[in-house]
Amino acid sequence: MKAEDPRYASARRLGLVACSDCHLLSRKIVLGSGQVAVCPRCGGELHQRKPNSIHKTWALLLAAIICYIPANVLPMTITSALGNVEADTIISGVIYFIHSGSWEIALVIFTASIFVPFMKFLILIYLLLSVQFRSKWRPRDRTVLYRITEAVGRWSMLDVYVVTILVALVKLGVLADIEAGPAVIYFASVVVFTMLAAESFDPRLIWDVVEDNE
Amino acid sequence: MGLTYSNDFILLNEDTLSGFGLDEIHPMHQIACHDCDLVQKLPPMPKEGAIVCLRCGSVLIRTRHNSIDRTLAWTIAGMVLYSVAVSFPFLAMKSGSIIRETALLSGVQQLFGQGEIVLATIVLLTCVTIPLLQMLLLLYIFLPLKYNFRVYSALPVFRVFQHFKPWSMMEIYMLGILVAIVKLGKMATIVPGLAVIAFALLVIVLACAISSIDDHLVWDCLEEKR
Ligand SMILES: [Zn+2]
Ligand SMILES: [Zn+2]
Repeated sequence: MKAEDPRYASARRLGLVACSDCHLLSRKIVLGSGQVAVCPRCGGELHQRKPNSIHKTWALLLAAIICYIPANVLPMTITSALGNVEADTIISGVIYFIHSGSWEIALVIFTASIFVPFMKFLILIYLLLSVQFRSKWRPRDRTVLYRITEAVGRWSMLDVYVVTILVALVKLGVLADIEAGPAVIYFASVVVFTMLAAESFDPRLIWDVVEDNE
Repeated sequence: MGLTYSNDFILLNEDTLSGFGLDEIHPMHQIACHDCDLVQKLPPMPKEGAIVCLRCGSVLIRTRHNSIDRTLAWTIAGMVLYSVAVSFPFLAMKSGSIIRETALLSGVQQLFGQGEIVLATIVLLTCVTIPLLQMLLLLYIFLPLKYNFRVYSALPVFRVFQHFKPWSMMEIYMLGILVAIVKLGKMATIVPGLAVIAFALLVIVLACAISSIDDHLVWDCLEEKR
């Protein structure tokens, strides 16, 4: 069973469009300028491929990468306790947990906040380039890679929520007080932008290259 | 190819490949994979299981036994837990003689107070508003299916519901609570309130509600009733 089996026919080849929401197959029609096709079942817009997928994904990905820098450099929390003011970044938070012996928590934060977004950048860049350079290499594995990136990205929101909870709990006047640092909004933006980037990438483009090369 | 057959998964056979002409295409019998666009014939639906794309391995259709009843039951349980989670004390911090009690929305309120309006809105949407909307939309779609009456534009509503899914992040918030408790453990005692327990249960219940939805069945039923 090979991906290149000539009996394999994509909806695109058969002149069909699959609804991205309800999966109904419709026959592709020729549209005038400014017209959009609408799914007869659920009313969603029909596109054979997500429109402008590559450019949109690149734009959102670049926005995420730009936000990733201040997210890691600026402080996530500003703690004031008995007159001392301390600013903590994500990395200093991870180091704090390692020193205090909770290495599991350190690992969870490191994975969710630093590793996952970084891997998501690398994978999306690789997928975009592989489509743009018309690679035929292991389309199935690349599809799986895409699906994983799509699923795990949301977990990077973890540190944003930790800050929200700390800010609510630690409000003891002069004794101790925690405020959200400027990095938090950049961090939330990284997550939102990478999620939107993954959503706008169309994995079917990977397979189009394979089919076109037959 | 290293594919395994399990009881729950039906892999399309080679002979169900789309070697057919255009006239044979029927939306109820064929499906195009959302990840690789391959058109495939659908085998007879299993009672409970998944049909997997034979080219890329994506799950094409997940069928669920008693889907409508189960989704409704989980959603109603979710609504009860949700009302407890937003109205009762969430977490309390005890340090010496000082006690600070918070509610689920306290964090969002503090962020608003600190001028972090966008951030507060993101947290509010992902952990409070969207989960509630999800449950309300589920009731709007599944109550009519169960009791056989018609409501206004159920099909677009179900489409909107699908788009909310990745943006509902209560389970991540739950993990955030654990991290915060460990972080503050050294300087204070954290007392979980009734709302935290309800919130934790809600995470599980909402996950059960969503995983018991049979998308294909819902689309078919909604289309028939239109
Ligand atoms: Zn549709
Ligand atoms: Zn596929």
